[in-house]
Amino acid sequence: MSEQAIDVRDLVVRAGGLRAVRGVSFAIPPGGRMGLVGESGSGKTLTALSLMGLLPAGLGATGRILHDGADLLTLSDRRFSNRRGRTLSMIFQDPLSALNPVQRVGEQIASVIRRHTGAGRQAAMAQVVDLAAQMKLPRPEEIVRAYPHQLSGGQQQRLMIAMALSCYPQLIIADEPTTALDVTVQREVLRLLSAAVDERGSALLMITHDLPVVAAMCETVAVMYGGTIVEIGPVAEVFRDPRHPYTRGLLDSQPDIDRIAPDGSSRLESIPGMVPPLHALPKGCAFRPRCAFATELCERMPPLEGGARKAACWHPVSGPRGAAP
Amino acid sequence: MSEQPILELRGVTQEYPLPRRGLLGARPMLKAVDDVDFAVAAGQAVGLVGESGAGKTTLTRMLTGVEQPTSGDVLFEGRNIWTSGQDHWLNFRRSVQVVLQNPRSSLDPRMRVGHSLLEPLRSLGIEGDHRARVAEVLGQVGLDAAALDKFPHQFSGGQLQRIAIARGLMPRPRVLIADEPVSALDVSIQAQVLNLLKSLVTDLGLGLILIAHDLSVVAYTTSAAAVMSGGRVVERGPPLELFRAPQAPETRALVDAVLTVERGLAGKALE
Ligand SMILES: Nc1ncnc2c1ncn2[C@@H]1O[C@H](COP(=O)(O)OP(=O)(O)OP(=O)(O)O)[C@@H](O)[C@H]1O
Ligand SMILES: Nc1ncnc2c1ncn2[C@@H]1O[C@H](COP(=O)(O)OP(=O)(O)O)[C@@H](O)[C@H]1O
Ligand code: SF4
Ligand SMILES: [Mg+2]
Ligand SMILES: [Mg+2]
Repeated sequence: MSEQAIDVRDLVVRAGGLRAVRGVSFAIPPGGRMGLVGESGSGKTLTALSLMGLLPAGLGATGRILHDGADLLTLSDRRFSNRRGRTLSMIFQDPLSALNPVQRVGEQIASVIRRHTGAGRQAAMAQVVDLAAQMKLPRPEEIVRAYPHQLSGGQQQRLMIAMALSCYPQLIIADEPTTALDVTVQREVLRLLSAAVDERGSALLMITHDLPVVAAMCETVAVMYGGTIVEIGPVAEVFRDPRHPYTRGLLDSQPDIDRIAPDGSSRLESIPGMVPPLHALPKGCAFRPRCAFATELCERMPPLEGGARKAACWHPVSGPRGAAP
Repeated sequence: MSEQPILELRGVTQEYPLPRRGLLGARPMLKAVDDVDFAVAAGQAVGLVGESGAGKTTLTRMLTGVEQPTSGDVLFEGRNIWTSGQDHWLNFRRSVQVVLQNPRSSLDPRMRVGHSLLEPLRSLGIEGDHRARVAEVLGQVGLDAAALDKFPHQFSGGQLQRIAIARGLMPRPRVLIADEPVSALDVSIQAQVLNLLKSLVTDLGLGLILIAHDLSVVAYTTSAAAVMSGGRVVERGPPLELFRAPQAPETRALVDAVLTVERGLAGKALE
């Protein structure tokens, strides 16, 4: 079938009569790390939820999602829930919404371990304490007995990572795992996630709108806009020499402290306008209304083309950032 | 920037009671803000950075007169806001406005934008026909009049934050306090909002207090910054200097936490 940890082919997610995800393809090799970036509403979360079989009611996915010898889109609910948390698992942006508020956090993680490994209650709990210690949580034996609301956001998110990693999954999906955290806590959580993924040899799909996080964590990056991937490739190539005007716009709007003029004259570049809502996506390239390089040609959808690095643009930019195409 | 400050804190401390440990004994107190001096002048942008829980939001409650400090003075145009009489108080209230982190929760979802914009004037009891002012303020934040008849759900996060800034500008404030105004927004939109705040300082001579976790956001927008930790200001200076040569360990921790694309690509970001 596929040698990849995950191989997504032409994924489409329909919401009502509209396509929220409009033909997305990517693959992550075993142990590989890919970042999925883009503005809110671009379809990142729906892509992730499709991979997890967790799309909200009323939304449907088509295409192929190959993972561990199966096409996930053809699995029954029962067979899917048997994989969730075992061969693939997910870390959510808001740990509180993913945790049961009235059950001790340690028991919640232990029950995932018991369901998938058949370990006994005590053995599972001992593993949970181990995981909490790996996540550098202070006094792990005590922390696992806490209820979610008794922990800080950073502690909750470290436990979510522990839960997602508990069964050595082949693929971990992290959807904005540090967006809700303070910058100093963010760095520690990213470091722990990185080490834990490495140790298990899991592949990682890191979803974020934070480009520096992707630069620090991932080998490849896919940039989404309006439900499609507009650029994909090795992270250093895409970030140092972006081809798609949207990718370049995102990079230029980063407040990068190493590039600030001391006299206060620096202005951030910004992409004008906003992401159009699904029902108002323009014909052809979805970025057209905001793009400085748009021509008539762009009223036709540009194909995602190239070798190891691909971009979907009729007039790709190149050369140092800030230059014309 | 030797100008006389518009808004100033002198030796301000704010304590909150903690839950009592036993039945007897004094109630323990938490010093959320501990002996802080802080000031902003017209046309000046000042940054306030610090880890979560450092006391930044508590400080803004003193600066806006929402709470009275346990000790120390809050001065507006050189006079204590708590002891200088009703006229001074009212002038202070209209002259210091706040913009919060999440515009979706700070704007009433059932109220048309045009109505929300008038809200600060109503609560300050400023009478009259404000149509000209509304048009002026919309222009300043770069929105057009069509926005007035719409509801918040019809806007993107960045547009909503502009509306929240417009609302703050309505009573012609002299100081705008922005508490994490961009951390809930997409990156491309963050740039729009930060550029807007920066131009309000230069074009309108507004005093801006910008609160953030992220030192690079503050470095783009302000010329002076204070680093808070555990309720105290641990270091002050131009943000780029704080960044290049942090003195206090708390500043160093913030500097180390800044991620940039280049550092990430160089493999140094998470060391
Ligand atoms: N009304 C209150 N009663 C008791 N303690 C409070 C109150 N308000 C704030 N605190 C405490 O004061 C300290 C400073 O809180 P503050 O909200 O000012 O932090 P902050 O710097 O704004 O943090 P963040 O970056 O997370 O917004 C914290 O320890 C907080 O728990
Ligand atoms: N439950 C849903 N029902 C209908 N449309 C949805 C639903 N969830 C998301 N959408 C729409 O699908 C698009 C992509 O959403 P999402 O994947 O959440 O974006 P992202 O994670 O990139 O911010 C958006 O236009 C959003 O409004
Ligand atoms: S295809 Fe055209 S509109 Fe789209 S990004 Fe490229 S130049 Fe811009
Ligand atoms: Mg999302
Ligand atoms: Mg705060």
